[in-house]
Formats: sequence, C-alpha cells, structure tokens
Amino acid sequence: MAIEGADIIKAAAFLGAGLSMGIGAIGPGVGEGMAAAKACEAIGKNPKEAGLLTRTMLVGQAVSESTGIYSLVIALLLLFVV
Amino acid sequence: MSYDVHIWLNVAAFVGAGLSMGLGAIGAGIGEGYTAACATSAISRNPEAAGEIFKTMLVGQAIAETAGIFGLVIAMLLLFIETPDPSYITVATFIGAGLCMGFGAIGPGVGGGFPAGEACTGIARQPAMTRRLNTTMLVGSSIAQSSAIYALVTALILLFSDFSALPLSPTWAAVLGAGLACGIASIGPGYGEGMVAGACCQAVARQPSAATVATTTMLLGMAVTETTAIYGLLVGFILIFKTFTVTSALAPTMALLGAGLCMGIGAIGPGLGEGLTAQSAVGQIGKNKDNSAELIRVMLVGQAVSESTGIYSLVIALVLIFVV
Repeated sequence: MAIEGADIIKAAAFLGAGLSMGIGAIGPGVGEGMAAAKACEAIGKNPKEAGLLTRTMLVGQAVSESTGIYSLVIALLLLFVV
Repeated sequence: MSYDVHIWLNVAAFVGAGLSMGLGAIGAGIGEGYTAACATSAISRNPEAAGEIFKTMLVGQAIAETAGIFGLVIAMLLLFIETPDPSYITVATFIGAGLCMGFGAIGPGVGGGFPAGEACTGIARQPAMTRRLNTTMLVGSSIAQSSAIYALVTALILLFSDFSALPLSPTWAAVLGAGLACGIASIGPGYGEGMVAGACCQAVARQPSAATVATTTMLLGMAVTETTAIYGLLVGFILIFKTFTVTSALAPTMALLGAGLCMGIGAIGPGLGEGLTAQSAVGQIGKNKDNSAELIRVMLVGQAVSESTGIYSLVIALVLIFVV
C-alpha cells in the first residue's frame, strides 16, 4: 500500500481538526461553567441585582467563548480550506 | 520477522486489559478516598452518629466502586475472551474497548465519591435527616454512574460485535474512535454530576426545608450535564454501526479517528463547567430557597452557554464522519 504525500497531509489535517476542536473545547467549557457558577452564587447573595449579574455573566462567557470559536474556525479551515 | 494475527490479538488484549483496569482504578480510588476522608471528619465532629455515618460511607463507596468494577469486568473479558475468527479489526476493537472503559470509569468514579462524602458530613451536622440524605446520595451517585454505563455498553458492543465482514481500513479507525469518543466523553459529565449531587446532599443537610427544591434542581442540572456524554455515545454508535466504504487512503481513516477524539475530548470541558454551575445553583438554593426560580433560570442559561463548545465538537465530529 503506497501512501502518497497528499494523502498524509489530508490525514494530518483531519486529525488536527478533531484535536483542535476537541482540546479547544475544554477551556471555554470549564471557564464558562465557572462564570455561571459565580453568577449563581452572587444572585443567591444579592437577588435584587439578578438582571445586572446575568448580563455580566453573559458578557464574561461570551469573551471566554472566543477561544472555543477560534478552535472551531481552525478546525473548519483544516477541514475545508487547507 | 513476521507476526500473525493471533500474536497481535494477544498484544491488544493484554494492553487493552491493562488500560481498562489501570485507568479505571483512578476515579474510584480518588472518589472513595474523598468519601472516607469526609466520613472520618464527620465522625470526629459528631461521634454519636458514627454508626450511621459508617453505613452511609460504605454504601456510597460501593456505588462509586461500580465504575472500577466495570473496568475489572472488561479487563477480565479481554484476558479470557475467545475469538473464533480473529482479524486485525479485532485487534483495534480490543484496544478500543480497553480505552473506552478505562477512560469511562475516571469521571463517574470521582463523581460518585462527592455525594457520598457530603452525605456523611451532612449526617454529622443533621442526624435527623439521615434517611433523606441517604436517598439523595443514592439517586445522585447512581445518575453520576450513568456515563460509566455508556462506556461499558460501548466496550461490550466493541468486544462482542462481528466486524469480520467489514473492510480493515477504515473500520479499525472507526472502532478505535468509537471507544475514545464514548470513553473520554464520560470524564467531564461523570465528575460534574458528582459535584452537583454533592452540593445537593450539602443543601439537604443545611436546610431540610429546601430538600425538595434542591433535589429537583439537582436532577435538572445533572440532566443538562449529562448531554455531552450522550453526544459521545451518539458519535460512538455512529462510528460502530455505520458502514464505511473500502479505502486504502489514510485521510478518510484518520477522519474517523479524529471524529472520535474530537467528540471525546470536547465533552470534558462542558461536562465539568455545567457541573460547576449546577453545583453553585444547588448550593445557593440550600442557603435560601426563596430565590430558587431565579437561580434555576440563571443556571440553565449559564449551562446552555457552557454547552456551546460541546456542540461545536459534535458538529466537527459529524462533519468528519459524514462530509469529508
């Protein structure tokens, strides 16, 4: 079975795409969960500010999400562009 | 120097058995140790409840042990299984089954220890709630074991299905990917659900009047946490049961392995994060149940955002399987 160079490159791109998205999902998942956990704690202590706290949580999570989206972009680039 | 398939089959069975039991022992060891630590400090706080605490500790540890026992079962099966018609695909399924059960037992093992430990602490604090604490612990740690059961089911399907009619390439990568997807995907949800159940036991002991709403919130939070383990199971089943066209190229093969790794590793973070969120929500309801509606709403919103990267992983895994 002769393996061509182009085949190896494609194989590496597919494996890389899977690893990029897989490993890249760990950080945002844990981080956003922590943000939401602290928001729940804060609302428990100060329910009057629930609206403000939810807004802050969502903005913080959106920022934390960015690296997950970078992983997604890299994975899609590896799958369809490179 | 040539080796026939029987030699590789033995190699795979022994390596798979080692991985299954070795990795599978991590979680149960940590979880049960945590339980014992909590039980010890609980008895020192309230020596009169020592009998009840001891009983609860043993029951809780027995549940946390299940994941470890699954690892032992798969290891034993790998050591003594008879394969009438071995092929190189069987070699891959053996390694896949071992990895699946080994990784799959880590999260639920640790997770099962949290509710048991918090139940022991709770009995010392509030001996009157012993029965309720035991029930909450049993429900919580059983649900935390569910992702270990997914891994066991996948490992058993890998061991006992007949793949001999399928082409070696890319089936070997599909079965290995299936094991990795389902096994690694259970780490996060198993651990996360354990944290939620632990917080619920704490809440029941802290404020018995909040027990019902805390348990409801726990079940809701655990259900959301479970989702990424279910994605892993889904990708694993697709990889096992879909028939792939014969190929001698490396790229389509690696796409299937990549899909399994992507979904497996991608499920760790959301599982842990959603568990953290639900843990805090349940904990706060235990302190003041008047805010429960608001807390459940924020918990679900937070978990939904935390889920997003798990969904991205699912999408990339499905693209790797069906599109490229």
